[in-house]
Amino acid sequence: MVKFLPLKQAVAENLRDGDTVAFEGFTHLIPTAAAHEAIRQGFRDLTLVRMTPDLIYDQMIGMGMAKKIVFSYVGNPGVGLLRRARDAIENGFPNRIEVEEHSHAGMANAYEAGAAGLPCAVFRGYRGAGLAEVNPNIRSVTCPFTGEVLAAVPAIRPDVTFIHAQKADRKGNVLVEGIIGIQKEAVLAAKRAVVTVEEVVDNFDDLHPNLTVLPRWTIAAISVVPGGSHPSYAHGYYARDNAAYLEWDEIAADRDRFQAWMRENVLERTADDFAARVEHLRKAA
Amino acid sequence: MSEETGFTPAEMMTIAASRALKNDDVCFVGIGAPSAACNVARLTHAPDITLIYESGTIGTAPDVLPLSIGDGELCETAVTTVAVPEMFRYWLQGGRISIGFLGAAQLDKFGNINTTVIGDYFHPKTRLPGGGGAPEIATSSREVYITMAQSKRGMVEKIDFFTSFGHGEGGDHRKRLGIDTAGPTLLITDLAIWKPDPVTKEFTVVSLHPGVSRQRVQDSCGWIVKFAEGLDETPAPSELELRTLRDLQARTRAAHEGTGKEKAA
Repeated sequence: MVKFLPLKQAVAENLRDGDTVAFEGFTHLIPTAAAHEAIRQGFRDLTLVRMTPDLIYDQMIGMGMAKKIVFSYVGNPGVGLLRRARDAIENGFPNRIEVEEHSHAGMANAYEAGAAGLPCAVFRGYRGAGLAEVNPNIRSVTCPFTGEVLAAVPAIRPDVTFIHAQKADRKGNVLVEGIIGIQKEAVLAAKRAVVTVEEVVDNFDDLHPNLTVLPRWTIAAISVVPGGSHPSYAHGYYARDNAAYLEWDEIAADRDRFQAWMRENVLERTADDFAARVEHLRKAA
Repeated sequence: MSEETGFTPAEMMTIAASRALKNDDVCFVGIGAPSAACNVARLTHAPDITLIYESGTIGTAPDVLPLSIGDGELCETAVTTVAVPEMFRYWLQGGRISIGFLGAAQLDKFGNINTTVIGDYFHPKTRLPGGGGAPEIATSSREVYITMAQSKRGMVEKIDFFTSFGHGEGGDHRKRLGIDTAGPTLLITDLAIWKPDPVTKEFTVVSLHPGVSRQRVQDSCGWIVKFAEGLDETPAPSELELRTLRDLQARTRAAHEGTGKEKAA
């Protein structure tokens, strides 16, 4: 049953060295605070799964926490490359990482298969694509009814998934709205799920009946972290800090500057610092 | 900006690309140059065009160009926003997209695109972001348009990695792989408009932008360029097109630079 916990404790209770972990969020609602807490606690040998490993995986890879990444777009969306991830892939710095690369369709289908309790996902994809030749987890099956050859990828089943969401009610049910991305599937596919939220409200009585609500019994822990998605955004709360994404490109380009930034902005900070970071973005939301 | 023409090659590219889109198109929009072209189309001759970004936003109408494919404004202005698996399964794989609009880091003459690596995949010289949605956009959209600025580094005889499949080795290669969509049917660069040869599927220049010579197209392309007989000249941007694009870019710059300035300590 879901527990409301301080983020430090929620991360400590649910993440372990060597875990396969997904910090999901498709541009929107990226669980930055949870990722920073994981960085402070210094986990090692993680298999990091995410469709769009942006700044937070760049940071975790740069801090030497990743053994492997599973992804479909390893970029800083709209800005360019992820320079810490590049350093690891191209130069083995700070350590070599194993790479399992898919397309968005492949990852989305694989999460959905994980949520559905299936061993693999079947879809029309990867035709003529080079990824099918370099990723042994991209295979094919023949439709028993039509004979059409379709792509198959194994289901994603993380040990733990972290997401950020708008709000929880007092019982621990969670609302996700706006660009809902892959959050629901990533939570349902995982053995354990931890959710950070902007706020807790008494109840969800006034919500539209078809909104994306994750029932409390699908979640292990909830932590209230206002601003916990910065520099990503929370629809209805604060806007995306596009300037921070542009700035990251310069910070991550240099190994020493990266370390200094991480020390100042992550290692020596706490989850409570996030609220102030989004203050100037609230009007714009 | 060119003194003689009053517009830049990049502006000509975006505007030429925007003209290719129709009011009833359902367009899956790649970020960057495609996004600008699609929104200029929407703000000029194609007000009812359906623009779809892979974040799940369907029928979006942003006031500024998004920095990412998932900026909040895409959702706020969309007809509906769906989950990412639904986006790829029902809407793209389901055959509901008329135009997939892609950019490219590396492109060959058959419209194959590389945005994955420069060099060997396992020991890359440069690790690029990768395909994202592109591998399936390229095969499930009914047609694919490509837009990129010309350079010898970008337009190459042989790409390092097949991120998304165009016409492969040309001819009926798509059909042989069981791909039944048309693939790349249009390439718009900063210098010219290209269409695939009906038989070989090699991109052929069909229209030069105003003031552009054949030599200039060849000098910034890594393969031997074929030119169609009866080569056209692309009409120069109209005042409305230019104003629409420049206003859009000015709004976009202001919006993206603005947020960081007053950052809390």
